[in-house]
Amino acid sequence: MSEAIETARTYLRPSKKLPTVWCGGCGLGIILSAMIRAIARVGVEKNDVAVVSGIGCTGRMPTYVDFNTLHTTHGRALAFATGIKLARPSLTVIAAMGDGDALAIGGNHFIHACRRNIDMTAIVANNSIYGMTGGQYSPTTPHGKRGTTAPYGNVEHAFDVASLAAGAGATFVARSSVYHARELDRLFEKAIRHKGFSVVEAVTNCYTSYGRLNNHASPVEMLRWMKENSVPFAAAAKMDPEELEGKFTRGVIVDRELPEFIESYDEQASALAENPVAVEQVGNILRRFDAAAERLNPKSG
Amino acid sequence: MGRRLILTGNDAAAEAMRQIDPDVVAAFPITPQTELMHKFAQHVADGDVKAEFVLVESEHSAMSATVGAAAAGARAMTATSANGLALMWEIVYIAASSRLPIVMPVVNRALSGPINIHCDHSDTMGCRDSGWLQIYSENAQEVYDNVLQAIRIAEHPDVLLPVMVTFDGFILSHTAEILEGLEDPVVRKWVGDYESKYTLLNTDEPVTYGPLDLQDYYFEHKRQQIEAMRNAPKVVRDVGKAYGEISGRSYDLLEAYELEGATRVIVALGSTAGTAKAVVDEMRAAGEAVGLLKIRCFRPFPEAEIAEKLSRAKAVAVLDRSVSFGAPGGPVHKEIKAALYGTGCDIGLVNYIYGLGGRDVSMDHIRQAFTDLTTIAREGTPSDGVRFLGLRD
Ligand code: SF4
Repeated sequence: MSEAIETARTYLRPSKKLPTVWCGGCGLGIILSAMIRAIARVGVEKNDVAVVSGIGCTGRMPTYVDFNTLHTTHGRALAFATGIKLARPSLTVIAAMGDGDALAIGGNHFIHACRRNIDMTAIVANNSIYGMTGGQYSPTTPHGKRGTTAPYGNVEHAFDVASLAAGAGATFVARSSVYHARELDRLFEKAIRHKGFSVVEAVTNCYTSYGRLNNHASPVEMLRWMKENSVPFAAAAKMDPEELEGKFTRGVIVDRELPEFIESYDEQASALAENPVAVEQVGNILRRFDAAAERLNPKSG
Repeated sequence: MGRRLILTGNDAAAEAMRQIDPDVVAAFPITPQTELMHKFAQHVADGDVKAEFVLVESEHSAMSATVGAAAAGARAMTATSANGLALMWEIVYIAASSRLPIVMPVVNRALSGPINIHCDHSDTMGCRDSGWLQIYSENAQEVYDNVLQAIRIAEHPDVLLPVMVTFDGFILSHTAEILEGLEDPVVRKWVGDYESKYTLLNTDEPVTYGPLDLQDYYFEHKRQQIEAMRNAPKVVRDVGKAYGEISGRSYDLLEAYELEGATRVIVALGSTAGTAKAVVDEMRAAGEAVGLLKIRCFRPFPEAEIAEKLSRAKAVAVLDRSVSFGAPGGPVHKEIKAALYGTGCDIGLVNYIYGLGGRDVSMDHIRQAFTDLTTIAREGTPSDGVRFLGLRD
């Protein structure tokens, strides 16, 4: 049995939920398999991984994988994931979201998760459209490109997902595409290993809802577009802005160290536990609560 | 004369919106409402309407933008379904309490979780106490007609409250029907121009919407909302009658279908009323005394009219396409029970919860309910007053 089949057997839920609901030629399967390869390489036990999603085509991802999984509401994957990580800091938590999910309805959660630097990985599958609901323009639809709600071209401007994450304070930010499947799993691996909040933008193709509206010939042609219009980050640094027009950069964009949220929180709690004044103050508050509770609800006997 | 159109429920709502041409429409995609907004967006892009259209980043923002526009004096609309409506919740209440006559088609869909995209009424029934009027539609024709009437009802000076026009997701939103539309000038004249009484944009008489309102006046303001709701039934009826004059189709709060002499009656709303009518026709032809009471206007709840319409029945089955967990029956059932309290009538009453998450309700299910009513007419309200239709054991 090949290694790939063995990995699939280990990490997928074949008896339950395959084949996927995704359209033929959709890039989401490539992202899913890259995520699985990355987790396998990190070597974390399946039961120690939680994969959380919101709504949309990407939101279906947790259905197929045999980890602890949670399929939540539109835009809220990171909020649920934060709760999971706080309750069980030992879990490796991964939130998989689409561009509409992560950046429109969930945009507020996204920037604050970046700022908070809690140790988890956010995968943003960016196909520049709301795929599942039928091609409405999203926060990453490029200016001038078409959506069903922008039949003659989008008059708004797109977010640069990686720059947004970097600006909001994420301590690891990277980007690649589904054409670069191997690079993608290596970036996912780095992101999972990174201590702090990591964002990996996976540029992907939605031929069904985006490609057809924007004169792409096929899903394959969209992959070719990614190949021809992306530049490794290091090479891009040496290029003129004109040369980079209409292209996207790939690779690790931010990788820095900053105290992680849960560690900082625990540190503060242990420091307070050793501070007699703080212990007394907290003790007083608790005693007052107890006294109030006793007044409201006197214990019999 | 009208125009014959072949439209889905979503298309019918979009066509009504095209003709209304509101000043502002804010939207966010959610199944099964999406095609409605695609159609409207196409009209905007083609220059068929003058409306400002904005695709915002969530339903919370869609309702907020609509409230903002309405407070500024615009005729503003949006549309949603299920979780979208749930996310709007906070602002749904603010729209009503700010007395903004927003009209919102809601394409009924089950609330999560687990995630389900098909029809039930848990979304709109969940906000039955939010201060919005709620009008349920039986078919695409009614979707179209109800949206046009809703504008006049919402903006009526005695009401000034927002209105939800609901229709069943997929069952109505995605199936095409032949219906009759009005000519554009007729609709223009029907809706007229909207003149807001207090607008944020009137700098000569500046106003504030939604400021802090504590123990001093909050209660009185709620009382005003209650009064506006009390005024609404007359306005719904008057508008329904006036609409009949321009379209040939009049509307009332309720529709009594074959109630004359009916001893066994089913109460339903939405598309199920259509299915029930087919069963009633069949059973009437076989000489059985059955009828249907369709509730069109659920908010405000026409309790006196319902009690009157049911007063001659022996047994009544109330169909609820949502659950009120922990309550003694579904939302429609509870209110019917309350409406009958103290009227002295002797009716066997049973509640059927049905069709959750899009579970199909067939003519057989309705027949089953009528069959049960034969026993209930004889023996009175059964001890298991809340039953299920089409549920696996
Ligand atoms: S609609 Fe687009 S994103 Fe969704 S499965 Fe199909 S191709 Fe993929």
